[in-house]
Amino acid sequence: MLRVVKPKTKQARRVLEKRAPKIKENVKKALLLHGTSTSAVVKGVLSDLHHIKKDGGNAVHWTRKNENIRPFEPAGAAPLEFFSKKTDCSLVVFGSHSKKRPNNIVFGRFYDNHVYDFMELGVERYKSVKDHGGARKFSPQVGSKPCFAFIGEAFESDEKCRQFKEMMLDFFRGEEVDRINLAGLDRVFVCVATATKQVLFRHCAIRLMKSGTKVPQIVLVDVGPSLDMVFRRNQTPGEELRKEAMRTVSKAPQKKIKNVSSDMMDGKVGRIYMPKQEVRCRASLCHGRETRLFTGWRDRAEENEGLKKRASRSGCSSSRRGKER
Amino acid sequence: MAAEEEGAGMDSLSGLRMDIGNLLVFDATDPGIEEASTSSDDYDEQCLRKGARAIQALAEKLFNMPSEADKYGRLVILPPPTTKLPREKPLPKPRPPTKWEQFAQSKGIKKRKRSKLDFDEDAGEWRRRYGYKRVADERDIPVIEAKSTDEPGEDPFSNMKKEKKARIEKQEKNRLQNLKHTLKVAGKSALPSTVQLSTMALPITGSAQVPKKLTKDELGEIAGHASTATASVGKFDRKLEGEKPAKHAGKHRKFLPVVGSSKEEKQQSDKILDKVLSRHNQEIVDVNKVSDLIFAFRGLANFSHGVLGFCVGC
Repeated sequence: MLRVVKPKTKQARRVLEKRAPKIKENVKKALLLHGTSTSAVVKGVLSDLHHIKKDGGNAVHWTRKNENIRPFEPAGAAPLEFFSKKTDCSLVVFGSHSKKRPNNIVFGRFYDNHVYDFMELGVERYKSVKDHGGARKFSPQVGSKPCFAFIGEAFESDEKCRQFKEMMLDFFRGEEVDRINLAGLDRVFVCVATATKQVLFRHCAIRLMKSGTKVPQIVLVDVGPSLDMVFRRNQTPGEELRKEAMRTVSKAPQKKIKNVSSDMMDGKVGRIYMPKQEVRCRASLCHGRETRLFTGWRDRAEENEGLKKRASRSGCSSSRRGKER
Repeated sequence: MAAEEEGAGMDSLSGLRMDIGNLLVFDATDPGIEEASTSSDDYDEQCLRKGARAIQALAEKLFNMPSEADKYGRLVILPPPTTKLPREKPLPKPRPPTKWEQFAQSKGIKKRKRSKLDFDEDAGEWRRRYGYKRVADERDIPVIEAKSTDEPGEDPFSNMKKEKKARIEKQEKNRLQNLKHTLKVAGKSALPSTVQLSTMALPITGSAQVPKKLTKDELGEIAGHASTATASVGKFDRKLEGEKPAKHAGKHRKFLPVVGSSKEEKQQSDKILDKVLSRHNQEIVDVNKVSDLIFAFRGLANFSHGVLGFCVGC
């Protein structure tokens, strides 16, 4: 026997609607958490990433220990899937620190609350946002749309580097936009591959300097966090899962535009609603306050309606709403 | 990835690949940082220099793209992103048509828009079609004219209420039926995001079996047992309204009448005698049981002899 379970409050209903699958998706949310043993570096990296991503409620940072999370084991990833569902986050950053893998950061993506892929990186050198304190003057606006610069041939040839590139883009790109104000172009993530299988991750502010031409001269200021990382394990999605997750709609349904229609003769026709105009009270309507009626009108009004007082304000403004073309 | 990259714009001058929709530049011609021995400060400097060069090329493109004026400055129109990224949730599925929609389509019934207001003849004013203070609200009817078909003793007002309630229940039933159909045909993802279907009785934790629903007969039997489980075997218990007498009243033994004809008694005795005296009478005797009994009696006899002997001896 089945029964319908519905949200009990409007708020819960709105939350569920927000989480529902959509054709044009929400910005991916990230969950940042760490395991039972961590280091100052790992904690710092997590809080810095949270600082970058938190605008618009797009990051959830958990600062308590989390047991039994081992992303690269099938059973060990189950708690992450559960957390992903609970917090509605499809991106996960899991930090840990052990003798075997010191300062370990695992970036993960989820599709339909199930693991899509994982990428493990070891932090070798880390400079936090705080340590870059001097550059605060130029620090980018919160939640601004970032640019990305990937430098190095490895980002095409090496599998792990390719995954890193896609992962970083997915993490930080924010909302998809079709228009952008170039004055607000103020941050860039620079990722450089090295010959020693390292990847250098820099978060920089963009300064647009005068160059005498239409295009300004770009100056980058490192605002942190700066990370030098090495690749460790990774897990890629199966071909089937990848295909499933990459599915798109060829033609998104257009939202219906109300009160606008097209006419053979007139072309585009709009329908507007106007309140019924009462000429007698026009002056008071225009100014939004009670005004004296013109003497001539007042006399006639008093004659007609037998009113002793002036026409009251409420009488004027409560004109019936009429539909006019 | 490599195939996807081909869709991205290629800057012929600098040899950079760009995905302008994502504001992304990729410099594949640059080998990256090669020297392993350079100091960390040198690393930083190289990163910034290479990054600035790439972003300068991106800016070159962006600042020369078509734009439109806005309150806060000029907005550049971006092309759609070319790098394909995975979705976070599956594509929403369309809901299959409900039973009514199927019927309406087969009959060619079109949906039509009705105005929110309707004229109420009795009240002489425009009122809402549905909801509070609606047209011809059943709750506002003060008097109902009697008809010849009316049955005496029935309250037409409560009847009206009952009918309304029944209509609501029917609609709710239809809705559930449609949801079930949706679940069956298109799966969970086709259900509305705010609706979940859950089973009525969940299995007890740890056991996979759903508790079995009792049948009507079983329930009756249990009720019968319960009603007779008193000192008076339910004789002096107050009966509930509409309670039926227990199915098994507790009378299982039958006694023959004490007076009257002895025909029945004779029949019973004959039946037993026939069994004993018949040719196959050994069949009605359990030989094993009998032999056990005989041995048991013998043992008992021996035991009693011994005891007696002991007594005599002393």
